[in-house]
Amino acid sequence: MLKDITLGQYFPGNTVAHKLDPRTKIILVIVYIVALFQANGWIGYAVVTAVTAACMALSKIKPSNMFKGIRPMLVIIVLTAALNIFYTQGTPVRPGWIITWEGIARAVQMVLRIVLLISGTFLLTYTTSPIALTDGLELLMNPLKKLKVPVHEMTIMMSMALRFIPTLISETDKIMSAQKARGADFETGSLVQRAKALLPILVPLFVSAFKRADELAVAMESRCYHGGEGRTRMKQLRMQTRDYIALALGAVFLAVMFVLKRYAL
Amino acid sequence: MEPVIVFDNVHYTYPADEKESLCGVSLSIEKGSFVAVLGHNGSGKSTFAKHMNGILVPDEGRVLVEGLDTSDEEHIIDVRRRVGMVFQNPDNQLVANVVEDDVAFAPENLGVEPKEIRERVDAALRQVGMYDYRMHAPHLLSGGQKQRVAIAGVIAMQPDIIVLDEPTAMLDPQGRREVVDTVFSLCREKGMTVVYITHHMDECIDADRLIVMSNGCVMADGKPADIFANAELLRREGLEQPETARLLQDLRASGMRLEGEPLSVEDCAELIAQVLQSERSRS
Ligand SMILES: Nc1ncnc2c1ncn2[C@@H]1O[C@H](COP(=O)(O)OP(=O)(O)OP(=O)(O)O)[C@@H](O)[C@H]1O
Ligand SMILES: [Mg+2]
Repeated sequence: MLKDITLGQYFPGNTVAHKLDPRTKIILVIVYIVALFQANGWIGYAVVTAVTAACMALSKIKPSNMFKGIRPMLVIIVLTAALNIFYTQGTPVRPGWIITWEGIARAVQMVLRIVLLISGTFLLTYTTSPIALTDGLELLMNPLKKLKVPVHEMTIMMSMALRFIPTLISETDKIMSAQKARGADFETGSLVQRAKALLPILVPLFVSAFKRADELAVAMESRCYHGGEGRTRMKQLRMQTRDYIALALGAVFLAVMFVLKRYAL
Repeated sequence: MEPVIVFDNVHYTYPADEKESLCGVSLSIEKGSFVAVLGHNGSGKSTFAKHMNGILVPDEGRVLVEGLDTSDEEHIIDVRRRVGMVFQNPDNQLVANVVEDDVAFAPENLGVEPKEIRERVDAALRQVGMYDYRMHAPHLLSGGQKQRVAIAGVIAMQPDIIVLDEPTAMLDPQGRREVVDTVFSLCREKGMTVVYITHHMDECIDADRLIVMSNGCVMADGKPADIFANAELLRREGLEQPETARLLQDLRASGMRLEGEPLSVEDCAELIAQVLQSERSRS
């Protein structure tokens, strides 16, 4: 069941979306998020949706995988929709109802916003290997090193976390099965009871995570890891023509969204 | 033969421990040799291994790697580059989400030029037979494959010595075979010095030298054939005699005259057949 979590997962491929420099993609995602929050009318949302769909098509990520990424957020999405439908003032759908046309419109827009936000950011992790992603981040944040920000340490921690997500997920699965076999019940009971049932999972999980961390540190040191100083990379990042084109398109997209917002479209 | 690792009266006690985990180990390991290390749980094998690349440094005595003292902070990277180390749990020593990125980790740390890293990575992956899997995610590989990737990650560092601490403990027979064959080819074809810690007697049979550890001391050190012939020592150390050695011993006890200590099944069968034939032709 936990295997369905796709957070931080990478689907190798050979499309333009995969080949773009990770720095370009990180900047584009930031541009995308800013652009998305400019949308306040139907045309604006239509433009963002079209752009997202185009990027998805370019990266050849299956919509079913996209949906898997959204599924864990379903509760939040439904809640947002409900709140907006019931708590927006306006003309009732039928006289006497509390559901208003404005409420429905707002709900649809809010849901769209969340779904687009998730899809956009997931496109980044789906098409970029964690190593490339953290390399990109490190290079983008390089100027911060002058301010004594531990950029290398932060990015190596992130890449280790991404590396161990699948391992820890499958471990959680194993521990859960083991506890179930001993009669543990995770699915029924009150919220408090269920939270209590999680304790026998969390404790062994943490113990093993610390043991792993210890062994990993020894293994890294054995392979001559000694911080970021003097480190080289096998895959050198180099901006190509396609990166500049992509960034230019991103700028155009952002400009369009600002204009649309200005005219409340 | 020239020694590449020298232990000189090494004592070590873990900080939170009263009992010594290594009590006065002195030995040297020859260049190009395949040294197997056996011993029951807690006998100090891993502690011994971790002294070879300065993960642990002796409380007393010293360890020299190609003349470099491991307690010398200044040369620690030089020591670690010379002595590659592979551990038991493959999941906890792979650092990247893609096989080739993982293999590149050590040369990247050493500041090797990108082009040369690429060459080293490809060569290392070919060496262990994992080149076709270079773009795979390590967590989706089998145990034996993961362990071979870990070995490739060490080879890419171009070490002279490779130390493996129970690399087959978590593997099935198929995975064990893959790893053992890979390690032997490194020693026999590439001339690498190998220190191989294991629980499996049958993996030590072809080693040049076998060290048996117990309670932090070296209990026996010699040719595998000689050590396996010593049933009394093996029983005391809680080690199982290989089936071939036991068979030869029983046959000798029943009056058959057998010379030598062949340990592989084929050699053993051949020897017995020879003796039987010569006996038959005599009678
Ligand atoms: N981190 C540690 N802290 C304290 N004591 C330790 C630590 N690691 C090992 N020891 C102790 O040192 C002794 C030797 O342990 P070591 O791990 O070297 O044995 P081993 O031969 O590798 O055993 P195994 O076959 O189980 O791997 C044991 O008595 C153990 O309890
Ligand atoms: Mg051990």
